Amino acid sequence: MKILVGIKRVVDYNVRVRVLSDGSGVDTDGVKMSVNPFDEIALEEALRIREAGNADEVIVVSVGGDECQQQLRTGLAMGADRAIQIQTPEPLQPLSLARAFLKLIEREQPGLVILGKQAIDDDNSQTAQMLAALWDRPQATFASKMVLDGNSVSVTREVDAGLESIEVDLPAVISVDLRMNEPRFVKLPDIMKAKRKPLDVIPLDELGVAIEGNIKVSHYAPPPQRDKGIMVEDAAQLVQELKNRGLI
Amino acid sequence: MTEREIMEYDVIIVGAGPAGLSCAIRLKQQKPDLMVAVIEKSSEIGAHILSGAVIEPEPLDDLLPGWREDPPPVCIPVERDEIWLLSQKGRYRLPTPPQQKNHGNFIVSLGAMCAWMANRAEALEVDIFPGYAASEIRYTEDGAVGGVIIGDMGVGSDGQPKDTYMQGIEIHAPVTILSEGVRGHLSKQLIRKFELDKDSDPQTYGIGMKELWRVQPGKSQPGLVQHTAGWPLDSHTYGGSFIYHLDKDRIAIGFVCGLDYQDPEFVPFEAFQQMKNHPMVHALLEGGEILSSGARAIAEGGYQSLPKTEMPGALIIGDSAGTLNVPKIKGTHQAMRCGILAADHIAETSAPQGFDQKLRDSAVVKELYKVRNIRPAFYKGFWRGFIRAAIETVTAGKLPTTLSIHADDSSLKKLDGYTPPDRKWVDRDLPPRDRLASVYFAATAHDEDQPVHLQILEPDICTTRCVTEYNNPCTRFCPAHVYEMVENGAEKALQINSANCVHCKTCDIKDPYQIINWVTPEGGSGPNYQNM
Repeated sequence: MKILVGIKRVVDYNVRVRVLSDGSGVDTDGVKMSVNPFDEIALEEALRIREAGNADEVIVVSVGGDECQQQLRTGLAMGADRAIQIQTPEPLQPLSLARAFLKLIEREQPGLVILGKQAIDDDNSQTAQMLAALWDRPQATFASKMVLDGNSVSVTREVDAGLESIEVDLPAVISVDLRMNEPRFVKLPDIMKAKRKPLDVIPLDELGVAIEGNIKVSHYAPPPQRDKGIMVEDAAQLVQELKNRGLI
Repeated sequence: MTEREIMEYDVIIVGAGPAGLSCAIRLKQQKPDLMVAVIEKSSEIGAHILSGAVIEPEPLDDLLPGWREDPPPVCIPVERDEIWLLSQKGRYRLPTPPQQKNHGNFIVSLGAMCAWMANRAEALEVDIFPGYAASEIRYTEDGAVGGVIIGDMGVGSDGQPKDTYMQGIEIHAPVTILSEGVRGHLSKQLIRKFELDKDSDPQTYGIGMKELWRVQPGKSQPGLVQHTAGWPLDSHTYGGSFIYHLDKDRIAIGFVCGLDYQDPEFVPFEAFQQMKNHPMVHALLEGGEILSSGARAIAEGGYQSLPKTEMPGALIIGDSAGTLNVPKIKGTHQAMRCGILAADHIAETSAPQGFDQKLRDSAVVKELYKVRNIRPAFYKGFWRGFIRAAIETVTAGKLPTTLSIHADDSSLKKLDGYTPPDRKWVDRDLPPRDRLASVYFAATAHDEDQPVHLQILEPDICTTRCVTEYNNPCTRFCPAHVYEMVENGAEKALQINSANCVHCKTCDIKDPYQIINWVTPEGGSGPNYQNM
């Protein structure tokens, strides 16, 4: 069985994100970029499945400009067997992304697609669901545990009310949550090995997918600055201050 | 514990700063078949680099001819120099001494420049490994340096392996080059082990703090280089500020002060913030925002403090050795020259022996010799230092005397009997409010579940001798508020917030008892500086 894992290049989670002064986007000048942390968890799970003997090949896929090859190499160094870059000049919206993935699925025929539950930059959390619908296969989202059993997989999902256990038939799309696992560190010699692993580049138009712009971004803005607080002497003054501001 | 995995290289370079990267590039230019690797503890190249930085381009011309056609991402030709002596509210323009004339130099972000250099090195097939800390030296059977050992990853705060445990590998190489920057923790061990400093004075340091600002449109004058002395320092504390005007409304502002200061209650970070509050600086920054901030120690001992730079199996270059030119306020060109010189030497002889003499005969040390008396002249206060510096400058260091350098850890006065100067520091309103607010802009990150990388060798001293003799100066000299004395019942205890650490090494240097030992945390930890 092949496992397909999606990897997105995002601004690193340690970085303080700054909105450009003209509101056209987020400043990425000199900013550290990383693999989306949820995608790293997805890859870790795929590697564990392969290491347990339940899969033969793990393929990492990224959609974007050539700079995302850096993240694909990280995936290869973690242990993926090969990488595919779907080359696009601009970032895709989730629906186009799902369509591109679908075309790749038709080529590669994976038994399992594992994605992060969302990317930490746009926080959309849409691609896995859209892909499952387009592919017409089962989906298990926000998974914190998965156990493969022949042609099905039992998944523990993190839902609002607690945990939900479901079983889905393969092939399926699974999106993983934070508690699924803790990704491994990359071993230094594996970075060298990753340089020699195959990385195919497929232009988006070769897959016959058009770039759709269903969502239009009007502008970006930082959250409003919090006003300076005041120290109150007692409860009476607190009530008075709240009243003065028309809050109670 | 299993046998460590081994990788072999011809040359292993520790630290991807200007010295290490220059060395790697030159080695591959000279001998393309050499296997060269660079190990770097920061998560990305440049993420732990912090410098002004105005650089002299001559070593870049030497190393990468044609670089001006494809310059580093931040690279602004210097247009104008200004030096100001500040009083609390006023300012006086001083003449620019010859060392500080910057015509022909460039203002860069050294972090961005290192990332740019790393790309050049990788194009020459240098293997560069960011995110891995060289935590120990690997010795050969005959006691020579034979490479480095990479720190284990996935070790819990209790010292036990976690699920993610990964044993660090050994990198074996006949030549190891230490270019860790100031107070490199491996260099420190090697200097001690091979007694490399037995014929030199102790090293003396400064702490440099820097913020990158975006100011209101029109305020930045790209290419303007400003330095200040005076306020808010007392005349017995050496230091001053730099204000470099970049493009895109950006200002690099920083403050440096000698770590040989005497006042145990002195807070270097607050001195920086007070300087920003001076009317001249305040007007520039008001209405702007901070993009990044951080701190790093600076080696200021120069000629007298330069240790022997070779030992069996290894070389120490750049700021790890201490080649910065203090009166010029520049170290990058010196570090790069060291790297180039080391590479030429290794390419020629394949062994460290003989490098130290070459370094001492080179432009690097000649430059240090000329200015050797300027920094120690300031031991007697600002004005006497100023006059001596002028004499040394006019005579180009040809006077026969050489002043000696003193150690920083012995310079603090004990509280008993010491009257601190009245600093007349004021309330201020520019961000950051305090050190914690500042660390936020360093984007520093350490997994909390790992052994504390700031080892206190004799913890009892903190709560017994130090608290009475110096009132725990670590809680003040650390620019990242790592050290805190907390109430623990009736007693006070030292709390180490190691996750805040920005790897500046000030604690390892300034601690009066020399019981703080900085070791490498898990690879990839530490600040994530952007364009610093």
